[in-house]
Amino acid sequence: MSTIDSGNFRGGLAAQRPFAVEHEAPATSAAGDGAAWSNMKAPDARSQQSAAVAVTNGRRALKVFLSNPNALFGTGFLAFVILIALAAPLLYPDDPLSMVGRPFLWPGQNASFPLGTDSLGRDVLAGILHGSRISLFVGLMATALGLTFGVLVGSTAGYFGGWIDDILVRLIEIFQTLPSFVLLVVLVAIAQPSAATVTLAIAVISWPTVARLTRAEFRAIREKDFVVAARSLGYGHARIIFREILPNALPPIIVTSSVMVATAILMESALSFMGLGDPNVVSWGSMIGTGRELVRTAWYLTALPGLAIVFTVLALNLIGDGLNDALNPRFSQDR
Amino acid sequence: MASLLQVDNLTIRFPRAEPVRNLSFEIAEGETLAIVGESGSGKSLTALALMQLLPRAAQIPNGRIVFGGRDLARLGQREMRHLRGREIAMIFQEPMTSLNPVMTIGRQIAEVLKVHEKLSGRAARDRAIELLKLVRIPAPEKRVDDYPHQLSGGMRQRVMIAIAVACKPKLLIADEPTTALDVTIQAQVLDLLDTLRRELQMAVVLITHDLGVVAQWADKVVVMYAGRKVEQALPDDLFNDPLHPYTRGLLAASPRLKHDFHYRDGALTEIPGSIVSATGETGCPFRPRCNQARSSCGHNVPQLIVPAADRLVACPFTTSIKAVPHAAALSH
Amino acid sequence: MPLLSVTDLKIHYRSRDGLLRAVDGIDLVVERGETVGLVGESGCGKSTLGKTVLRLVDPTAGRIEFKGEDITVLDQRSLRGVRKSIQMIFQDPFASLNPRQTIGEILEAPLIVHRVGDRTGRRQIVADIVAKVGLPAESVSRYPHEFSGGQRQRIGIARALLLNPELIVCDEPVSALDLSIQAQILNLLVEMKKEFGLSYLFISHDLSVVRYFADRVMVMYLGRIVESADNATLWSDPRHPYTRALMEAVPDPARPRQAAPLGGDLPSPSDIPSGCRFHTRCPLATDRCRTQEPEFRQIAPGHQVACHFADHIN
Repeated sequence: MSTIDSGNFRGGLAAQRPFAVEHEAPATSAAGDGAAWSNMKAPDARSQQSAAVAVTNGRRALKVFLSNPNALFGTGFLAFVILIALAAPLLYPDDPLSMVGRPFLWPGQNASFPLGTDSLGRDVLAGILHGSRISLFVGLMATALGLTFGVLVGSTAGYFGGWIDDILVRLIEIFQTLPSFVLLVVLVAIAQPSAATVTLAIAVISWPTVARLTRAEFRAIREKDFVVAARSLGYGHARIIFREILPNALPPIIVTSSVMVATAILMESALSFMGLGDPNVVSWGSMIGTGRELVRTAWYLTALPGLAIVFTVLALNLIGDGLNDALNPRFSQDR
Repeated sequence: MASLLQVDNLTIRFPRAEPVRNLSFEIAEGETLAIVGESGSGKSLTALALMQLLPRAAQIPNGRIVFGGRDLARLGQREMRHLRGREIAMIFQEPMTSLNPVMTIGRQIAEVLKVHEKLSGRAARDRAIELLKLVRIPAPEKRVDDYPHQLSGGMRQRVMIAIAVACKPKLLIADEPTTALDVTIQAQVLDLLDTLRRELQMAVVLITHDLGVVAQWADKVVVMYAGRKVEQALPDDLFNDPLHPYTRGLLAASPRLKHDFHYRDGALTEIPGSIVSATGETGCPFRPRCNQARSSCGHNVPQLIVPAADRLVACPFTTSIKAVPHAAALSH
Repeated sequence: MPLLSVTDLKIHYRSRDGLLRAVDGIDLVVERGETVGLVGESGCGKSTLGKTVLRLVDPTAGRIEFKGEDITVLDQRSLRGVRKSIQMIFQDPFASLNPRQTIGEILEAPLIVHRVGDRTGRRQIVADIVAKVGLPAESVSRYPHEFSGGQRQRIGIARALLLNPELIVCDEPVSALDLSIQAQILNLLVEMKKEFGLSYLFISHDLSVVRYFADRVMVMYLGRIVESADNATLWSDPRHPYTRALMEAVPDPARPRQAAPLGGDLPSPSDIPSGCRFHTRCPLATDRCRTQEPEFRQIAPGHQVACHFADHIN
């Protein structure tokens, strides 16, 4: 999850052109009256006719994102997963853990169980649909929590610097030196596995990455003149952090967050695979876990939920790449 | 003097703009040609075009860049690589970013010698020290093992120059070589460039926005505006009698030319507006900012005319008298 | 009482190379309505000095009195009031505006922070200032990247004027701009000065700009002022060898070319030479210069020089 090169995003958001051919409107008052230079007060008013050219940063980024087929595929697939997660209780109102048919039905063998049944006669399709709910819930919630805490810590450390930074960096380092998956297992084992504790535990091990990234961004941006200007105008710390710096630090954080969701889904699956998931709900990881002993005879029991994980994680990574290209001013320049 | 480089009707095209249009100029051997212009004038792209270092999106749809009997605009990458650094070299504005921060300056100089002169080891190092001596770096035997960050801005620019002249090129392109430097250092570096030009008999294309630099260091000046040449002259003529309204405006707007002029005496003369893209414009690119503009200026791009010997100007309404069409100028 | 009075100001940093003396004992006075030009090369400490006047950098020692009040001892809260009265214009019009905010947001925020007017009142103030600096009214709904460098600098000036300051520190306000735009901005600054009765501390490396723009000029070298005089005197009768070298180094079309007036590089502020700090580059240096630091003394009313030989030059 730390594969994002934060250096790519720094600064330059104002899209400085490599050669400043600017699409400016001529200052109309300047033309043709033959007056002396000093009598003319024509502001170099580029914006006089630029309404058509005026595309905000956000809209340009969206345009780039939407013109990227991989990102579109990722978004489409993720939307599909979200849709089935929402629709699962409608399509399969019964508990997916209940035994509904003959065990070991292969996919296609019985039309009422399109993806077959497992060793206890549970419907695999119902499991995958319901499993998407837990995967997405854990992925999104853990990311939201990790993001909030990481941004808070990172921005505080990066903005204030000095001893505050020293302390917070030590804290980040403590978490980063511990092998994160081991920590995750320990945390979940101590606090009874449930969807909530798993989410919390994943958030605990994922915030340091965000904090580091945010800190680096803040350190770079706080040196910019517009932040110095804000200080010179007497702005308070909160205003400078949240209004001036944070919006400029967001692009790499947004990119990271999509990959964080993917990582959280993987970690939840890994925990469930090891039997450390919430025992009362079905998840993709737990389905693989129960199917692993039968991988030679009934490989579809591991392969199908495995594919669901692979595609969802892939979709999130594609979205991450797409966001990276779209929000990175160096690539978004379509000249 | 024999012509070394001839640029003929050069146009540089990007998907959505043509930042350089129909640009022609010529450099004789051993001469310093200054190309002056503001940001957006196309001067730096012109320099990159000479080296075939334009960004990927750029094309040269028409025009020729003739150097040593070959058209550089149509030369293959392999031949161009052979030429770069050996016959044409370039130095850039920012000496910090154009040097590799993790290599000693000695090795960076040796690298060029290895590529083009097949020198290596001891010989390359000795030659590197010699070159550092040539660019007047004190204690070159010691400095050769320094990293770029250990040097000051002026010293780094000297190292860049040493790398550029390592293979005794016939043409050196200097893109704003002193803009990032302090005035006292700027004078040193320009002095050095001029000395090397004479010692190595190379021609120099000096790209700058600084009129003062042009006046004192160039043999010939091309003024560019919005991708076009608007005036060409010898420096003395240009500064004593600027013809194009843009050149005149620049000289009038520049406070340094009025040494006894103070804000309490009155306002500086301004050129209103700012540079306008040549794309989609008909007529004179300077028209929107020009204090001489008339309705006819909107019809066609003004032709270069020859108002006097050794001069070209792209404005039909200059006060000068004699106007010979450009074609006649080419024949003399 | 002068508007701004700086006494024996020192700003030292600890760096890897040891103690870095960016500003090393400076006295400076800006009177009401005056423009003081501060000239020097990069690394001489002039920008640090400018930022310290706004307390954006904390001084190591010395006093900064604004209208008689020492602002170096103020806490952040009391500083807020002073910050209304001292403003800054920055060099880089690309970096000094938040790219994520519209011009309207950029200009309204200071008014919100300082509780000026209600929503409509603030909008009116912003509209007025936008018109005053020569930008079209619809600029307020646009983002900085939609403007050219010169226009952005106008926005920066508008922001500095919003809170009706008395003193503006201009840190190289035109050096990032094209020549044809520089004159526009300088004229605007002069106009605003007249209209609002401003005083400027004008920091620049460009002597020709200072020549036009300043009432009094101070030349800075390695953290110290080496010469100070009113504008006319400095240019007609410069007494410090460094001032003279700076003037000679400016290439000027009206003058034949001369050899580079100074050799060598600016020494590092973490390794300031003994004696006169300019002696390593000075063409007139003697043994006395190498050991004894010259005093910053008055040689004529309003003309001070830090050179042993100031009386012999010329």
